Amino acid sequence: MTELFNRVIPCLLLQDGGLVKTTKFGRPRYVGDPINAIRIFNEKYVDELVFLDITASRTGAEPNYDLIARIAGECFMPLCYGGGIRTLEQARSIVASGVEKIAVNSMAIDRPELLSELSQELGASSVIVSIDVKRDLFGRDRVYHPGKRRLTKLEPVQHAKASVEAGAGEVFLNNVDRDGQCSGFDTALISRLSAAVNVPVIACGGASSLDDMRAAVDAGASAAAAGSIFVFYGPHRAVLINYPDYPSIRKLFQR
Amino acid sequence: MIVIVDYGVGNVGSVLNMLRKVGAKARVSGAIADIEAADKLILPGVGHFGHGISKLAETGLIPVLQKQVLSLSKPILGICLGMQMMTKGSEESDVPGLGWIDATTIRFPEMPGLRVPHMGWNTISPSATGRLFDRDATEAERFYFVHSYYVRTTNPVHTAASCLYGVDFASAFEVGNMFGVQFHPEKSHLFGMGLLRKFNAL
Repeated sequence: MTELFNRVIPCLLLQDGGLVKTTKFGRPRYVGDPINAIRIFNEKYVDELVFLDITASRTGAEPNYDLIARIAGECFMPLCYGGGIRTLEQARSIVASGVEKIAVNSMAIDRPELLSELSQELGASSVIVSIDVKRDLFGRDRVYHPGKRRLTKLEPVQHAKASVEAGAGEVFLNNVDRDGQCSGFDTALISRLSAAVNVPVIACGGASSLDDMRAAVDAGASAAAAGSIFVFYGPHRAVLINYPDYPSIRKLFQR
Repeated sequence: MIVIVDYGVGNVGSVLNMLRKVGAKARVSGAIADIEAADKLILPGVGHFGHGISKLAETGLIPVLQKQVLSLSKPILGICLGMQMMTKGSEESDVPGLGWIDATTIRFPEMPGLRVPHMGWNTISPSATGRLFDRDATEAERFYFVHSYYVRTTNPVHTAASCLYGVDFASAFEVGNMFGVQFHPEKSHLFGMGLLRKFNAL
């Protein structure tokens, strides 16, 4: 066997200490308390959780270490944190509080050497390059800089390859245009990007159902992440923390 | 009291959290007195082999641990890098390991379609005697792995659970009072709690 169980990962956004869900990276809607959500996900034996602090990534503020430690203290599953990480020291304190994966986004664009520094000390498997992709005016996929809140000229597949070479052990691929849209993943990009790197790729952005996740995995992703479908329920998007049971996930990925 | 050895490497917080969750008395410490007073020890660790060994050496705890584990036969559980450090050495570094177990740590081979690190959930096959696993489980036990190197035991009897990822490797060893697991029980919810509960009850 060379293929692992594909992971289904709720991607949860933090803003000012609360949990929010965005649409196309904007219009954050409060969906609850992060610790409460983790307790629910614990009971559902969730594969993994990704927390991204959008306040820290947008304002350049320090990560909220107290909150991260509280989150880590409740997580009996793998946990990734991203948002506002600029130095090895910051990553070190976050890892010390019980987080095993550090996601780097803006800094992977501005100073890719950070990936090498983190990888050297924490091991490549603890370093995730998080890449936000958005189409430019010409319909080309380009890397979006969440700190500066604007598109760069970087081509996502090249940026992913360079980041993996620099030391990232996993790629978190998010899609700005599809965020909160529940319109399905960009499987063409997932496919191109996964083929270009020899590390696991987590696809995020656009999932409306488990079937979409299957499509992302078929395209080459090792894991599929989503926000909306795990925090909202029904046509009126009522807040409801949910996660499929394990047999459903296994069945979904059966070949 | 289980003491999680604090040497500045590894996810001590989450190990402590889960031990408490399963009702074990545990604390994180790098103090000699605590390690000597402990009933059981946990050696955590993530990251680079050479970094882990040098950090452990810097604390001066290696002779202390050696006495507790090798002379006094205190149960010890090495997790991930902690497990690897108990072997003779790793292809990741020129620094020798603790050498408590007749095993070496090697890198996953280059194989088409084999993504390294081995990162994610995988099932394991427990040996007939491994005391930390549930052979009667109705659902195959699955654990969370994150590693690019794995342990190869010289004596297959020491392998307490094997796992298949490109190669069949020792996902756990057990030699007398010394236990090692390549996966992260502290991040393997239901199954990790079961394993730590068994370690606590030894």
